[in-house]
Amino acid sequence: MPLYAEKNTAISGIGQSEIFRKPQVLPFELATRACELAITDAGLRPEDIDGVAAWPSVPSGTVAGFGTAALSDIAATLGIRPNWWSGADNAAQLSPILEAVAAIAAGYATHVLCWRALGERWVPSYGSAATKAGFQLMAPSGYIEYLLPFHAPSAAIWCAIHASTHFARYGITREQMGAIPIVQRRNAALNPKAIYREPITMDDYMSARMIATPLSLLDCDVPCDGTTAVIVSRLDAARDLKQPPIVIEAVGAGARDRMDTWIARYDYPHMALHDAAAMMWSRTDLKPKDVSTAHLYDGFTSLTLAWLEALGFCGEGESGAFVEGGQRISLDGELPINTNGGQLSEGRMHGFGHLHEAVLQLRGQAGERQVKDARVSVIGNGGGSVGGAALLRRDG
Amino acid sequence: MSDSAATVKRLLPQITEANRHFWCGGADGRLHILRCGACGTWIHPYAARCPKCRSDSVAPEAISGLGTVAGFTINHQPWIRGLETPYVVALVELAEQANIRLMTNMPRTPIEAVRIGLPVKVFFEPDGEIFVPLFEAA
Ligand SMILES: [Zn+2]
Repeated sequence: MPLYAEKNTAISGIGQSEIFRKPQVLPFELATRACELAITDAGLRPEDIDGVAAWPSVPSGTVAGFGTAALSDIAATLGIRPNWWSGADNAAQLSPILEAVAAIAAGYATHVLCWRALGERWVPSYGSAATKAGFQLMAPSGYIEYLLPFHAPSAAIWCAIHASTHFARYGITREQMGAIPIVQRRNAALNPKAIYREPITMDDYMSARMIATPLSLLDCDVPCDGTTAVIVSRLDAARDLKQPPIVIEAVGAGARDRMDTWIARYDYPHMALHDAAAMMWSRTDLKPKDVSTAHLYDGFTSLTLAWLEALGFCGEGESGAFVEGGQRISLDGELPINTNGGQLSEGRMHGFGHLHEAVLQLRGQAGERQVKDARVSVIGNGGGSVGGAALLRRDG
Repeated sequence: MSDSAATVKRLLPQITEANRHFWCGGADGRLHILRCGACGTWIHPYAARCPKCRSDSVAPEAISGLGTVAGFTINHQPWIRGLETPYVVALVELAEQANIRLMTNMPRTPIEAVRIGLPVKVFFEPDGEIFVPLFEAA
């Protein structure tokens, strides 16, 4: 196997702001705090950071919304003087990590600060809150021009349609899927930062308000204000820092079949995430059986099922039976998933919450929700037209 | 939805040289999709070469407008002000080629009659120069 560049990099620092369901602190301030925490966590100083990457790329002066912190504004705020920067507009939520790996391999940077900054409560930009606020969507272009005109302004609808096809083909049920939000809420009870920490039962799940069949309110993640930041460093440099390096063993970001569309793949209802998972496994000798914890995108619960299948934890169409009853995916099960409560309970930290939690688990810093002897963790981010995957492991 | 749908303005795209055949082609009552003149492969959305044979002979062509429901959701969430819920958003696979799929609505078909595998046919809802392709049970 060739030496892929990610194996020579590591997560050296992580930081996360408070997570707010109701607007309380300006989202740009939350982004600043998360970045400061990550730099301190690594034992670095701002002047040691020589690269910055964040998705989505937003204009200077942005302080809230879907992305709340411009690269240039964070650099100016913290006194970072980057050699290299990237808006990382390729592989969804994990793309800054893949960009950082490439920049380090090229010698552009040694320590790259990456973040995902959300301010979706401060300024609701879509969804029902936006509807109430009278937010006007612009004329759609690109692949969404074939989705939005059909009174389908939300990814909830697009994901629901994917799920309808997949569930019908394999007999997956809502009762089976319900194990995921129930288990994640139990995990969230052990996470002081999580927005929702009260337990939910199967009765709660089955009687929850329907959003778009088969997805109910409890299958939809929770928009919030908050930022997660991580530092990707060259491995030898990371070994000199404060925290044990968490090595990036493999990454994937494939989009091999009619890129950038939700519905035109030959293998619909597969998504880009299936390609990202395959690319990730092609870059490592590790196997699904080696994974201690899985941090799988849960913008909608059906995406978590899709990731379980795509990553090979179960066969095609078997994810419903795999999660049924919840034991297997619980903290003491054979494959604990979304140990922080995930986006369904902690809040929509948009993939970087999963990344942060994986690093905590591998460092043994996950507190009450620590999975015993976690050595390898997988992160699957995104759904539909974009997907990114990463496999992290302890050093040595 | 059939009554209220007509009164709620759809969010429609800007017309460009890449999408005009699709959004405006329904003026003649037929659905138009790009097709390879060399090997017959249907192409949607736009690409300038055939994905099968790389031919540059790519042009819009009328298609049957028949298909089947590949997936659908009954949407209950009031995302759009003034639009009555619930309503169906469906994904239709066109009869000619499996990966030519269109997101659509089915306002003329009762919600309880919509199912995966249902045979459907196109009709159009005009809005200025645009003819929005919708489907109903065939
Ligand atoms: Zn051809």
